Amino acid sequence: MNFPILSSLILLPIVGALFLFFTKNKNGNNLTAKYVSLFTSIANFLISIYLWFSFDQTISNFQFIEDRTWIDGFINYKLGVDGISILFVVLTAFITPLCIISVNNSVKTRLRDFLIAILIMESFMIGVFCALDLVVFYLFFEAGLIPMFLIIGIWGGPKRVYSAFKFFLYTLLGSVLMLVAIISIYWISGTTDVIKLYELGIDTKYQNLLWLAFFSSFAVKTPMWPVHTWLPDAHVEAPTAGSVLLAAILLKMAGYGFIRFSLGLFPVASEVFTPLIYTLSVIAIIVTSLIALIQEDMKKLIAYSSVAHMGFVTLGIFTIQQQGIEGSIIQMISHGLVSAALFLCVGVVYDRMHSRLISSYGGIVTIIPKYSILFMLFTLAALGLPGTSGFVGEFLILLGTFKDNFLVAVIASLGVIFGAAYMLWLYKRVVFGKLINTDLKKMVDLNKSEYFILICLAVPTLFFGFYPDPLINTIEVSVNDLIDMYNLNLINK
Amino acid sequence: MENLNLVLPEIFISLSIMFLLILGVFIKNSSKLIFNASVLILLITAVITFNETFIVNRITLFNDSVVIDYMASLMKIITLLGAFLVLVISSNYLKTFKIYKIEYPILILSSVLGMMVMISSNDLIVFYMGLELQSLALYVLATFNRDQLKSSEAGLKYFILSALSSGLLLYGCSLIYGFSGSTNFDVISSQLNSNEYVLTFGIVFILVGLAFKISAVPFHMWAPDVYEGSPTSVTLFFTMVPKIAALTVFIRFLYVPFLNLIDQWQMIIIFLSIASMLFGAIAAIGQTNIKRLIAYSSIGHIGYILAGLATGSNEGIQSSIIYISIYIIMNLALFSCLLMLRRNNQYYEEIEDLSGLSKNHPLLSLSLLVILFSLAGIPPLAGFFAKFYIFKAVIEQSMYFLAIVGLLSTVVAAFYYLRIIKVIYFDKEKEKYDDDHSFWLKFSLTFSTILILLYFIFPGQLIDVVSRINII
Repeated sequence: MNFPILSSLILLPIVGALFLFFTKNKNGNNLTAKYVSLFTSIANFLISIYLWFSFDQTISNFQFIEDRTWIDGFINYKLGVDGISILFVVLTAFITPLCIISVNNSVKTRLRDFLIAILIMESFMIGVFCALDLVVFYLFFEAGLIPMFLIIGIWGGPKRVYSAFKFFLYTLLGSVLMLVAIISIYWISGTTDVIKLYELGIDTKYQNLLWLAFFSSFAVKTPMWPVHTWLPDAHVEAPTAGSVLLAAILLKMAGYGFIRFSLGLFPVASEVFTPLIYTLSVIAIIVTSLIALIQEDMKKLIAYSSVAHMGFVTLGIFTIQQQGIEGSIIQMISHGLVSAALFLCVGVVYDRMHSRLISSYGGIVTIIPKYSILFMLFTLAALGLPGTSGFVGEFLILLGTFKDNFLVAVIASLGVIFGAAYMLWLYKRVVFGKLINTDLKKMVDLNKSEYFILICLAVPTLFFGFYPDPLINTIEVSVNDLIDMYNLNLINK
Repeated sequence: MENLNLVLPEIFISLSIMFLLILGVFIKNSSKLIFNASVLILLITAVITFNETFIVNRITLFNDSVVIDYMASLMKIITLLGAFLVLVISSNYLKTFKIYKIEYPILILSSVLGMMVMISSNDLIVFYMGLELQSLALYVLATFNRDQLKSSEAGLKYFILSALSSGLLLYGCSLIYGFSGSTNFDVISSQLNSNEYVLTFGIVFILVGLAFKISAVPFHMWAPDVYEGSPTSVTLFFTMVPKIAALTVFIRFLYVPFLNLIDQWQMIIIFLSIASMLFGAIAAIGQTNIKRLIAYSSIGHIGYILAGLATGSNEGIQSSIIYISIYIIMNLALFSCLLMLRRNNQYYEEIEDLSGLSKNHPLLSLSLLVILFSLAGIPPLAGFFAKFYIFKAVIEQSMYFLAIVGLLSTVVAAFYYLRIIKVIYFDKEKEKYDDDHSFWLKFSLTFSTILILLYFIFPGQLIDVVSRINII
């Protein structure tokens, strides 16, 4: 057995967190805490890059598999990545250090505890994407609730308690049914090992109920309309770094879960429920776009736009077309970069003016030009302008949808227009226009660390917009194999 | 007579009680001595009992009225260790209230003796004898802080309601005896005929009596008042130790004499389980006193344990025993925290008093965080695995309704655990609490918290321990 690289990815942040926990909290020690956590997360990112480079793109099998007995004859601690999951691992490892750099201004109290929570969160999120056993997956999936609850509740805004509770209980309620389904799968198929379950298949007569149980969990986490209401609250109240983690990675867990488990384990049921997903996705795209249009709070607007973007993702996944699923994965990666950047952009102006209301801004383009340029880049990426990563994802999803269902595709395309409308209108109201609020004149442009973070996010957004091949090459074989397996299962039923 | 050494633990503990009583009469100010001696006695008894775990077969003694098997030995050890931990962490609390007296350890020892008899009983009369011995000691323990009105009230309430339930239980026993002609479990089991309706009445009466002892809904009314009124260290004892014995008797009753009547009692247990889970979760939401809240939460946890028993399989029994073991550890940790909330010789037990605890006592708050999330059943903490095994056993029997109701009630229950965490972490801080705690208190908190936190690394060990239990 080779070096357990995935386990080290999961364990390294925890080691860093433990180190932080046991260091004495003296005066000025906050800086040390930040360097330690930054160092840990960057090391983790480098490992993940190494993982990506040593990943064999030509085979669809799971790689870097680790398999240890955990509970004898029942659960194995099994990890592995394929083309679908590896990008999310890299994304998580990439976003976390940026989050840690960004906590400069926003978190005033208990910085050390905040960093510990972020690091633990990172390790759980990577665990979700690596887990190849349903129980291990569930463990990581649910464990992430604890640090996120604390991040929102301790360091959040004025309504933080309500938001933290809503976030926790909503997600928990969705997930418990998944636990029932996982245990049922164990008794039906005799294993919870994902690879074995792929080979064995699950008896078709149980698939519909199991699919619904998994769906209840993923739909809340995605979030899909109409169970999305926790997301705007959580985003608005969470500190910037928390919002970034939530938008960039937490939401992707569910999209990943749909591909890996709903499609992979229950193909027959997925076929049955595709109309349901289409309907909910289209509603999400149209309705939440319209809701986003009328928002007065910037963070809320971006939160609703996330729901709309995730609507595209679920739509793409259930087209079961090569383009659709690839588009969904790229859209998730792109949304991870862009929404993280947008929340950071909001964080930048919020730190200076302590207001997230759109109406309190306007005409800041001459005062903080650097910020305005970068904000524009991410606005355009969010609405899917060609040349940004947002375009690649949306285009592929719509391509896949047109192949499968013309009407749905046409309606979903409308969402692209709405998306352009609310994003551009947001940008116009915040950046352009007359300078009415004179306090804005005191604003200073991006400082070094903010500049660095946003550039870090801008580079891949543009790079993958012009040249998405590295992403597509990584996922192509695995997605192809997944679709083949899916179709084979449908024929055999 | 050659098998007398198999009941050596019981003999040893009863002789010790008598000896300590005499000692207490003749030596003045001997409370410290007797405390230490009792702690030692509990440990020695646990070691003696540990020897019995190596016995492979089921052995019956005294005309088949006492049974020694692996489950009995295991549950006795858990009982003894539980009582041991209660004794060592409660001494400071007792001193504060000036009730550090010789009766306290002796009463605990005698209730433990009663529980051990209950655990080993294979006969209705032996079982009843053990039950009354432990109950009598518990009534006195509840009123131990006799200068406080609430404590006396708790004891009296407990006494009256418990006597009522004992009456029901005895009535059930007499019905069973009337129909089977014996009080021995094994004989009853071979004599029973499921067509006798009156027999079902007998079972129902016995189940009511037992449900009362473990405070399952709808026989739970005494629990919140008694838990709130009793001295905290006694509440700790109540939530941990008697439940083990009652659970063992529950298992033996259902699975030795009445296994053939599973159709008759399964619905009752499922009802008790669902009612306890839901009621425990919902009623706890409105509580402001931590001890009352723990009472409702323990009602909820009993619901999960009963869900395991309702399955009618070995897996279910094992999962119930795993659950109660983990539950005891969590309870121990929670009460250790509660006993640390002391300021100027006064103990605080309102949820409000925890407000902003994380600012002044980061470590204590972190332990509470771990404990409460574990009680709520959030992975990867031990409480999750406890629930996981229960639902695994429940779903194996295709009892999906029970599993789904149980899991949904964990979501409701999560709300009130979160509320405490919210008070600790999100609210404004209050004055500092004292920091000078006894070694054993710190030890039990650290030990149990680490156990809860790191249980996920070696979840298999506990399964190995209980997997030898094979009742059916």
